[in-house]
Amino acid sequence: MKIAVCLSHVPDTTTRIRFVDNNRRLDTNGVQWIINPWDELALTRALEIKESSGGRVEKVTVVHVGRAGADPTLRKAMAIGADNAIRVDADPADAFSVASHLAAALRQESFDLILCGIESSDYNNSAVGGMLAELLSVTSVSAVSGLEPADDGWLLHRDIDGGVEKIVASSPLVAIVQKGIAREPRIPSMRGIMMAKQKPLQVVPGVEVNPLTEYLGFEIPAPKPPCRKLDPEQVKELAGLLHKEAKVI
Amino acid sequence: MSVLVFAENWDGKFKKITHELVSYASGIAELTGGVVNVLSIGKVEEDELTGLGRFGAEKIWKVEGDEVAFLDNRVFASVLAEAVEKTGSRTVVLAHNNTGKAVAPCLSARLKAALGASVVALPESHNPFVVKKKVFNGNAFARVALNTEMRVLTLMQNSYGLHEREKQPEILDFVPGKAEKPAIRVEEVRKQTGKILLADADIVVSGGRGMKGPENWTMLEELAGVLNAATACSRPVSDEGWRPHSEHTGQTGKIIAPSLYIAVGISGAIQHVAGVRGSKYIVAINKDPDAPIFEVADYGIVGDAFKVVPEFTRAVEEVKKS
Repeated sequence: MKIAVCLSHVPDTTTRIRFVDNNRRLDTNGVQWIINPWDELALTRALEIKESSGGRVEKVTVVHVGRAGADPTLRKAMAIGADNAIRVDADPADAFSVASHLAAALRQESFDLILCGIESSDYNNSAVGGMLAELLSVTSVSAVSGLEPADDGWLLHRDIDGGVEKIVASSPLVAIVQKGIAREPRIPSMRGIMMAKQKPLQVVPGVEVNPLTEYLGFEIPAPKPPCRKLDPEQVKELAGLLHKEAKVI
Repeated sequence: MSVLVFAENWDGKFKKITHELVSYASGIAELTGGVVNVLSIGKVEEDELTGLGRFGAEKIWKVEGDEVAFLDNRVFASVLAEAVEKTGSRTVVLAHNNTGKAVAPCLSARLKAALGASVVALPESHNPFVVKKKVFNGNAFARVALNTEMRVLTLMQNSYGLHEREKQPEILDFVPGKAEKPAIRVEEVRKQTGKILLADADIVVSGGRGMKGPENWTMLEELAGVLNAATACSRPVSDEGWRPHSEHTGQTGKIIAPSLYIAVGISGAIQHVAGVRGSKYIVAINKDPDAPIFEVADYGIVGDAFKVVPEFTRAVEEVKKS
C-alpha cells in the first residue's frame, strides 16, 4: 500500500502580513516558510499509519507544487519520516492549477490513500483536496478528524455540526483532514535530518493548465478603534454598553 | 444568468446561514440579472422551503432520494451540476462550512467553473466577476477575478447578513438522472443535542489558560446560560484536555463570527485571533493589561476573571430583566 500526502508551503502563521508592488504581491522579505499546519498533521497521521501497519504500507510520499524554494520544506517532511518527495516544478497559480499539477503527478503511481489538509493558511480556499479528487475521479471525504485502515478500506471520522460520523470508504481515497487527525506534529530528529539528505527528491515538470482565477490585489483590514477599557468595578457599565451601544445583548 | 443556492438542512430545518445564502444570491441576481433558484437536498419541512421566499428565492427544487441521504461529495457535486444545467445558472452559492468546503471544490473542478472561496461581500463587478475573499487567516483580503463563464462561491457566515426581498417561491421536485452512486458508507452518527452549537451561536463565551483548570468552567457556563450563548476555548485549553476539541476556536480550530465574543483569560495569540476576528464585537476580560487580545477587543476589563465574571453575569441578568 502507498500513501501520498500533498504539502503546501506557507508563511509561518505568526508572520506579519504585508504586501508590495502596489499591494499585488506578498512581501516575502524575512518570511519564514513552514509546512502548512493541516498538511503537517496529515503527514504525521500518514506516518503513524505506516508504522503500525506491520509493513502493509510500503511508503509515504510527499508531493508539492512549486519552485525550488520549497525544497527545504520537502527535506523537512522527509526528516520527519516521509520516504520520498515529488516536487512539480510549476508556479502554483491558483487552486485549480495546483490540483491539476498534483493530479498529473499522482496518476503516475497508484496510491491507495491521498491526504490533503483541509485548507492552507495562506489563501484559505479549502479547495485543492476536493478538486484533486474530482480530477482523479476518486472518492473524497472532507472534514476528517480520524483515520485508520479497515479490512475493506478506511475507517474515517468526519466532523459534522455538533458531532461526528463514522464512515467506511474503500481505496483509492482522498481524505481531506483537519484538527484531531493527529495530536501533535512531529519534530525532526538529528538522525532524521541526516537520513533525509539521502532520500529521493524527484523534480517533475508541470502540465499545461490555465488557471481559472486571478488574484488582482490585496488589502489589509482597517485597524479597529482602540479598545474601551473599563475597571473591574464597572461590570454594570459593560453590560449597559453591550445592551445600549453595541445592542448585542 | 440565474443563481443557484445549495441549501443544506439540519434535521429538516434551515438555519440563519441558509437565509443569508439566499439573501446573498439575490444580491448577485440583482447584479447579473436572472432569478434565484434553490436546490434543497434531503427531507425538509414545507414551510421551511416556502420561508426562503422572504429572502428572494423564486424557484425551490427539492431532491429527496436515498442517494442524497448522507453527504458523498461526488454525489452531491453531480446533483448540483445537473441542477446548474437545468436552471441555466451561471453562479452557484454555498456556505463556507464543512459541507460547502467539501462540495464546492468538487463542483468547481467538475464544471471547470472558477471557485471563489470564503468570500465576504457581493462581487464588486460581474464582468469581470471580481470577488473579495479572506486570505492569510483574516489578516488580509484579496480581490480575485473569476475568469470563467460559470463560477462557484462559498460565503463566510455572517459576512453579508440577512436582506429581505419578498418573493412567492414555486416549489418543484427535482429528480436527478445523472447522479453518481454513493461510494462511502456512514456507519454511525453521534451528535450532541440540546446544546447551542458554536457555529450557530450569536454570542460565544470563551475561556483560555487564564481559567486555570476545567473545574472553573462552571462560571463561564453560567454566563453563557444567561446570554443564551455557546462556550468555546483557546487551543492550549483543548490541548490540555480541559475542554473538547470541538470547542477550540482559532486558526486550526473553528473559525467563528458571532455578534458578540467574550474572551476570558485568553491572551489573544495571532492564531487565536484568526478564528474570532470576524466577530462583530469582542469583549476581553484579562488581568494582563498588555495582553494582545485588547488590540482586537472593542471593550475590555483588566481584572481578575474569577471576580469579574460572576459579577458580570449578575449585571447581564439585571440588564436582561430591565
